[in-house]
Amino acid sequence: MLQTAPRAPSDDKRWRMVDTRMRRLGFSPDGLIEVLHTAQEAFGYLEPEALDYIGASLGVPPSRVYGVATFYSHFTLKPKGRHTCVVCTGTACYINGAGAILRRIEDDLHVRPGETTEDEEVSLLTARCIGACSLAPAVVLDGRIQGKLGPDDVMNRLEQL
Amino acid sequence: MPTPLTPVLSATWDARDSWTLDAYEKQGGYQALRTALTMEPDAVVALVKDSGLRGRGGAGFPTGMKWGFLPKPDGGPRYLVVNADESEPGTCKDIPLMLASPHVLVEGAIIAAHAIRAAKAFIYLRGEVVHVYRRLLAAVAEAKDRGYLGANILGSGFDLDLVVHAGAGAYICGEETALLDSLEGRRGQPRLRPPFPAVAGLYARPTVVNNVESIASVPSIVANGPDWFSGMGTGKSAGVGLFSLSGHVTRPGQYEAPLGITLRELLDLAGGVRHGHELKFWTPGGSSTPLLTAEHLDVPLDFESVAGAGSMLGTRALQIFDETTSVVRAVLRWTEFYAHESCGKCTPCREGTYWLVQVLRRIEAGKGTEEDIEKLLDICDNILGRAFCALGDGATSPIVSAVKFFRDEFVAGTHTPAWELFPYERSTLFAEVPAR
Repeated sequence: MLQTAPRAPSDDKRWRMVDTRMRRLGFSPDGLIEVLHTAQEAFGYLEPEALDYIGASLGVPPSRVYGVATFYSHFTLKPKGRHTCVVCTGTACYINGAGAILRRIEDDLHVRPGETTEDEEVSLLTARCIGACSLAPAVVLDGRIQGKLGPDDVMNRLEQL
Repeated sequence: MPTPLTPVLSATWDARDSWTLDAYEKQGGYQALRTALTMEPDAVVALVKDSGLRGRGGAGFPTGMKWGFLPKPDGGPRYLVVNADESEPGTCKDIPLMLASPHVLVEGAIIAAHAIRAAKAFIYLRGEVVHVYRRLLAAVAEAKDRGYLGANILGSGFDLDLVVHAGAGAYICGEETALLDSLEGRRGQPRLRPPFPAVAGLYARPTVVNNVESIASVPSIVANGPDWFSGMGTGKSAGVGLFSLSGHVTRPGQYEAPLGITLRELLDLAGGVRHGHELKFWTPGGSSTPLLTAEHLDVPLDFESVAGAGSMLGTRALQIFDETTSVVRAVLRWTEFYAHESCGKCTPCREGTYWLVQVLRRIEAGKGTEEDIEKLLDICDNILGRAFCALGDGATSPIVSAVKFFRDEFVAGTHTPAWELFPYERSTLFAEVPAR
């Protein structure tokens, strides 16, 4: 049995955000997904130490923490770049040219979906339908949806980030 | 006479700052809640039953009846869960609704919670749509400030805590029991039914799970009466609904019309199929519904008629494809989606969707064999009805219907790649519209 509360993996101040979130949720095991959200927002990704610490704090076994963190596509166990670019490859975007946008980014930035550029500037991701079908083709740059763009426009906006 | 548009939910979308509480109240918002709180909960349930409102999330189960299934209160907690995990390919109705008019959902949720005597309600939102998340959080905070949420709402003695919960990216969480598991902080995998959520749902307590549009329809039904609602639509498919048009259509977007409108009428409103092209095939309700062709242009879009035409009304996500589109390629894209999103709990879906993708990739590349088409249908037959939840069934719908209507394209996949038969750049907009 665990006698004392688990200690944060480091004295990084960002752990306080995670701790506050857990406290607000009453350290309840069913708050796992919310806490993982907070940790990923704070650190950009979920490192193994974060999974261990959150699991121990909430009383959730490591197997379940890892299971949840890898089940949901939003969570990433790898560090992300400074900017993120999500290309929607849902049906409407696909027939409106998402493929050309994706190819252009891949060629110009030498990066594949799910990867980050070597200079750690841009992480390229794909999503299946972000519910902006009437804006097709849609991309999400740093959390902002941009619609009806061609490959050139997307590259321009990426450079302006 | 063509069916006119009937904006009810979308009526206020272009009002100034339509998402704020002030703008919503100016349009008569939260008056229905005052009416509902003077009524007995069972009377609200009866009213929604009388209106004929059927679930807007795809299955079309009568909403009032679902509420009526809850057992008598035993003093323990009961929950209302709003399914806002809209992720069906092509479906874009709930997200614009919540963005433009979040308060109609909040008001609907309070009325529904009152009707089923729940003191806690959740809105389970897709994690990807952070802009909607922020807007819902703001709307809930506004409503709380003005006494529409919290303890003793409007002096009625009714308490409600409404929580907005963001998912984390999993299509399967739109399935109601998987959604409940996800709300409990687990992997979203569907549960065995029975017990149904009405009996043992969230935390094994009586729970109602409703789609966003169903709940958002409740305030107008309370305000205008059940006869107003059932007077629209057709026979067993009462009322209005949001139809989302996308794909090769001139003006894509959401069109709110009575159920029973036809695609021909909707296409007229949307400026028709992409200029210079003609309709080849379309989905009536997202990619999980069997696709239809130009011969079904006049099928009334209500639950019975679309089922009669061999498909499903689903979420009314009408994806339009013109003659430049390879049906093999479109179906492969959807199947890749299902293979990716299969949660892995049951074998027919997990393995079946994987093999469907392998066979379809061969056919797309023109390297299929004569047996491949039968193999596709055989795999579909082994998924349909044998998968744990509707995801597996949905994965087979586009394939079986595509083979039914466009078998020759699959046969051509034994010798010619799809990209030679249907050069892909012809079906994209950028090939014809120079980049701006």
